[in-house]
Amino acid sequence: MIEVENLTKQFGAKTAVDNLSFKVSPGEVLGFLGPNGAGKSTTMRMVTGFIPPTSGDARLCGISMVDNPTEAKKKVGYLPESAPLYNDMTVIGFLRFCADVRGLSGIAKKDAVDRAIDTCFLASVATQAIDTLSKGYRHRTCLAQSLLHDPEILILDEPTDGLDPNQKYEIRQLIRRLGQTKTVLFSTHILEEVEAACSRAVIVDRGVIVADGTPAQLLAQSGTGSLYDLFRKVTTRDTAA
Amino acid sequence: MKSIWTIFKREFVSYFTHPIAYAVIVVFLFLSLVFTFTLGGFLEARDASLTYSFFLYLPLVLMVLVPAVGMKLWTDEQRNGTIELLGTFPISTRSVIFGKFFAAAAVWFIALVLTFPIWITVNWLGDPDNWTILSGYIGAFLVCCTFLAITLLVSAFTRDQVICLVVSAAVCIILVLGTFEPFMQTYSKAIWDWLATSIAAIGVWDHYLSLARGLFRIQDFVWFAAIISACLFGTSAVLSAKRS
Repeated sequence: MIEVENLTKQFGAKTAVDNLSFKVSPGEVLGFLGPNGAGKSTTMRMVTGFIPPTSGDARLCGISMVDNPTEAKKKVGYLPESAPLYNDMTVIGFLRFCADVRGLSGIAKKDAVDRAIDTCFLASVATQAIDTLSKGYRHRTCLAQSLLHDPEILILDEPTDGLDPNQKYEIRQLIRRLGQTKTVLFSTHILEEVEAACSRAVIVDRGVIVADGTPAQLLAQSGTGSLYDLFRKVTTRDTAA
Repeated sequence: MKSIWTIFKREFVSYFTHPIAYAVIVVFLFLSLVFTFTLGGFLEARDASLTYSFFLYLPLVLMVLVPAVGMKLWTDEQRNGTIELLGTFPISTRSVIFGKFFAAAAVWFIALVLTFPIWITVNWLGDPDNWTILSGYIGAFLVCCTFLAITLLVSAFTRDQVICLVVSAAVCIILVLGTFEPFMQTYSKAIWDWLATSIAAIGVWDHYLSLARGLFRIQDFVWFAAIISACLFGTSAVLSAKRS
């Protein structure tokens, strides 16, 4: 369960996220849409506790990220945008390190690492150095890291960005599968992904929610049966003043 | 505690999977011996203590080489974006800072231990006071830790390793050369005595050399501890200020 309450982030005079509130329930996959610079990543960074909000709060399984960040962070698996990794480690070394950080040890740690490698199809590159991996494998390694501690909440920032069509398909299937038991929030600007993987989607623009509903509701709202038309209607283009 | 150990292990192993630790250690051993046999006059002095042959010139080597070991600690995290992983793991920034600091300090511990042939040599050739030598090593290690803490603080400001190296080496060089005896003799004539004494008390030599001579003075440990803790605390403050 993710409860975002009046979340606001200001960078100097610029308001990146403006009084945002939404809720994601267990078993729900929420697609977070919006043009570049709409505040998607900033919102996710606040929900995961990487940056503090200017005001407002995010509750993860009822635990406040502002008041009790260490406990709240234990509930979350997070795939940051661009899938950062330690390039000098091997895939399995990196996953073991992340498992250590998550407080896993002994058999629990070994099982968690094996399971994450299986889930993300990393067995063939497990002992390879991360800086020799292709983009698809890098993404999946970082995704595996977010699944290690079997979190109740998954937050994925553009999980399919830069992947080939096969890889995109696999990741979407994975998100759907994980979404049956977990609370998933993922951002994208690929509109087909909404129908392929989400049970609900919100569109944000300039830090404000401008549309919210199931894929079917959003299609109905567009008037033309196309998410593209809805997206273009409710968001501002960066060429506009 | 456990998370400090986890971070320590990762950083320490990373030093030795890269050529960086090997390169720095080899250059350090070479330069420290070059100074010992040339400026230090190790052979001519006929002195079995290492104070004026070996220890005296160590800060001149350390002021450049120590920042080379510490420069990647936060710059790499910021450039690769892995700082975002660390920031969303359920561990405190403080334990990450300590883990990184201890890992780099361990590299320098190994570097200093590897100078043991010179210790064996003086014991073989003469009859030195080994407690004084141990005290000198403690002093050298504290100088390393101080310079590392400074580098760690600088690395929190930037994602560029070169900038971090240049700036932190500059700070260490000022701390070392600013109060280096030949330099001090020149400029201390031009200023008031109390000012010259105060400057000497801020520099490295006053505190390091008292340890190298085998003196355990409380003010030296306070000086090292104050700079190290101020820099580590500053690192934590800079990192949280950068995030908000």
